[in-house]
Amino acid sequence: MATKPSTQPNLWRQISTFFYLRPTLSFVLLLAPPLLWLGVVYLGSLFALLIQSFFRLDDYSGKVVREFTLATYEQLLTRANLDIITRTASMAATVTLACGLLAFPLGYYIARFASPRTKGFLFLAVLLPLWSSYLVRVYSWKLILAKEGIVSWFLAQLGLSGVLETLLKLPVIGGPSLSFSSMGMFFVFVYVWLPYMILPIQAALERIPNSLLEASSDLGARPGETFRNVVLPLAFPGVVAGSIFTFSLTLGDYIIPSVIGNSSYFIGAAVLSHQGTSGNIPLAAAFTVVPVVIMGIYLFTARKLGAFDAL
Amino acid sequence: MLNTVTHPTTTTPAVRFSSVSKHFGEVKAVDNVSADILDGEFFSMLGPSGSGKTTCLRLIAGFEMPTLGSIQLHGQEVSGRPPYERDVNTVFQDYALFPHMSVGENIAYGLMIKKVPKAEREKRVEEMLELVRLPGMSKRRPSQLSGGQRQRVALARALINRPRVLLLDEPLGALDLKLRQQMQIELKAIQERVGITFIFVTHDQEEALTMSDRIAVFNHGRIEQVGSPSEIYEHPATAFVAGFVGVSNLITGEAAKAITGSPDTFSIRPEKIHIRDAGIRVEDGECWADGRIRDVIYLGVNTRYLVELNSGSDLAVVQQNLESTSMDVLAARGREARLVWRREHNRRIGN
Repeated sequence: MATKPSTQPNLWRQISTFFYLRPTLSFVLLLAPPLLWLGVVYLGSLFALLIQSFFRLDDYSGKVVREFTLATYEQLLTRANLDIITRTASMAATVTLACGLLAFPLGYYIARFASPRTKGFLFLAVLLPLWSSYLVRVYSWKLILAKEGIVSWFLAQLGLSGVLETLLKLPVIGGPSLSFSSMGMFFVFVYVWLPYMILPIQAALERIPNSLLEASSDLGARPGETFRNVVLPLAFPGVVAGSIFTFSLTLGDYIIPSVIGNSSYFIGAAVLSHQGTSGNIPLAAAFTVVPVVIMGIYLFTARKLGAFDAL
Repeated sequence: MLNTVTHPTTTTPAVRFSSVSKHFGEVKAVDNVSADILDGEFFSMLGPSGSGKTTCLRLIAGFEMPTLGSIQLHGQEVSGRPPYERDVNTVFQDYALFPHMSVGENIAYGLMIKKVPKAEREKRVEEMLELVRLPGMSKRRPSQLSGGQRQRVALARALINRPRVLLLDEPLGALDLKLRQQMQIELKAIQERVGITFIFVTHDQEEALTMSDRIAVFNHGRIEQVGSPSEIYEHPATAFVAGFVGVSNLITGEAAKAITGSPDTFSIRPEKIHIRDAGIRVEDGECWADGRIRDVIYLGVNTRYLVELNSGSDLAVVQQNLESTSMDVLAARGREARLVWRREHNRRIGN
């Protein structure tokens, strides 16, 4: 009776002591699962993808030839495929730019002016859409942007139907209705990815001590100069982080282009159809490498521009 | 409350506060302060935290606008003018160096804003780095510097603009004691060299006494006393000043009457009191009180005694350890003694 309760804690104590005295072992045990996940599932699959892109599809048999070749990349660089890449990249760039322009003032307000209450409310407002299904939201937008949808109706009430029609007649961004145009697709992309831009920008702005802004104005800088010389450079890592999200998410998305828009191909949709319908896994893999390369170049440039100097 | 100190004021003061108040909601951070800060002087604003000294500094810089009253810089009304339109510069408590710029870029910031040509900017940055004794450091990043070095960069960044008034907000607070003492001497030397009005905010009375030409002692948003270090130390105007600047014994009521014959409150500095043998003869012009040494604290350079007077109150006494050892002084505990000091060291306190 007297010995029994004391052996139980002793065993735990021994285990605790065992690990306390071997911090390296504890670290290894704790880090092994995430590292395995990261190494095998993330990087492993990415690597498999990269290898696939150097195989090719035999046109006659429809089978993948598992030999090293650059033929698939040659195919990737044909006119039609380059169009898809340019279309996707320019959409991603415009969406990122628009998200940045919309997110910065809001992030600035949340970080520097909002009271704790307002801040909480705005956070909720920014995050709330992310709690609902992405598909539901995209299909809702299809209805909102449709010819008989609320946007057309509202513009008609304002007597601005003419403006919408003129815009839809424009080449490239136009189409039969907003829900079948690049313009409409652009709106939906900006809508779904905006929170991913607001949050990092807000976090970066939040980290700028007030005294830096005071120091700048103390040294003679007007508010605009302070913004250009202090706020913007220090918030830049946040802008880059946000743009990585919006840019890469737009590059890879295949649902919005297939639901909204004029059914011209985007990278995501091309990958889907190449690996599914036509079974051309190597070309699908090569297409997937494109966003990775673009993001790599983007990050490299951002680094060269000093985006991460203040980190 | 305000003691006007007689100084020849032939020139306009660098800074003039006329009945300035700053309220944050219900809190009166600065409460009807009037003061003149003279051109070229080293002026300290001393007080405990929350006494309004930093708010006063921020009012001069233009980061805050007064609720009431007016502030003049060299005779010009500035309340309502933003910081970038005032000829003052600030050294911030946290230094506020721009982390994305090199030391040189930080120092040149004010000149860059003024569109001074690059060649001249670089020349003046080098001069400033010489002045603050950091030559050749202009390529470094602020994050690569020690606290003391950042402090110097912040000083150089403010001074390069050749402001007429330099504001320093507890700039030495984050440094360790040795470095702080060294910087105190350096700051004073730099101030004398450049001849700019320095307004220095601190809660450290020793720092204020070391560097200042004049000190304003703040309490509850008001100035209790303005004067030279020796005036503040030797002639404290209020009980607060007597207690905050240095250590003081405040004696009041019966105990005061037993010593001076009057029940009015007076203060006596601990280092002015001598401990003598009980019953020793007292000279003319000397005050005395008998008591028992209750506690002895050996502090190396000097020793602090706590003496319980027969009349009831306690007196702190500080004696230098000129010839005594720790054994000698510690043996004094519990001994009866007569405390003796010169009558002119008694300071009558108003309220």
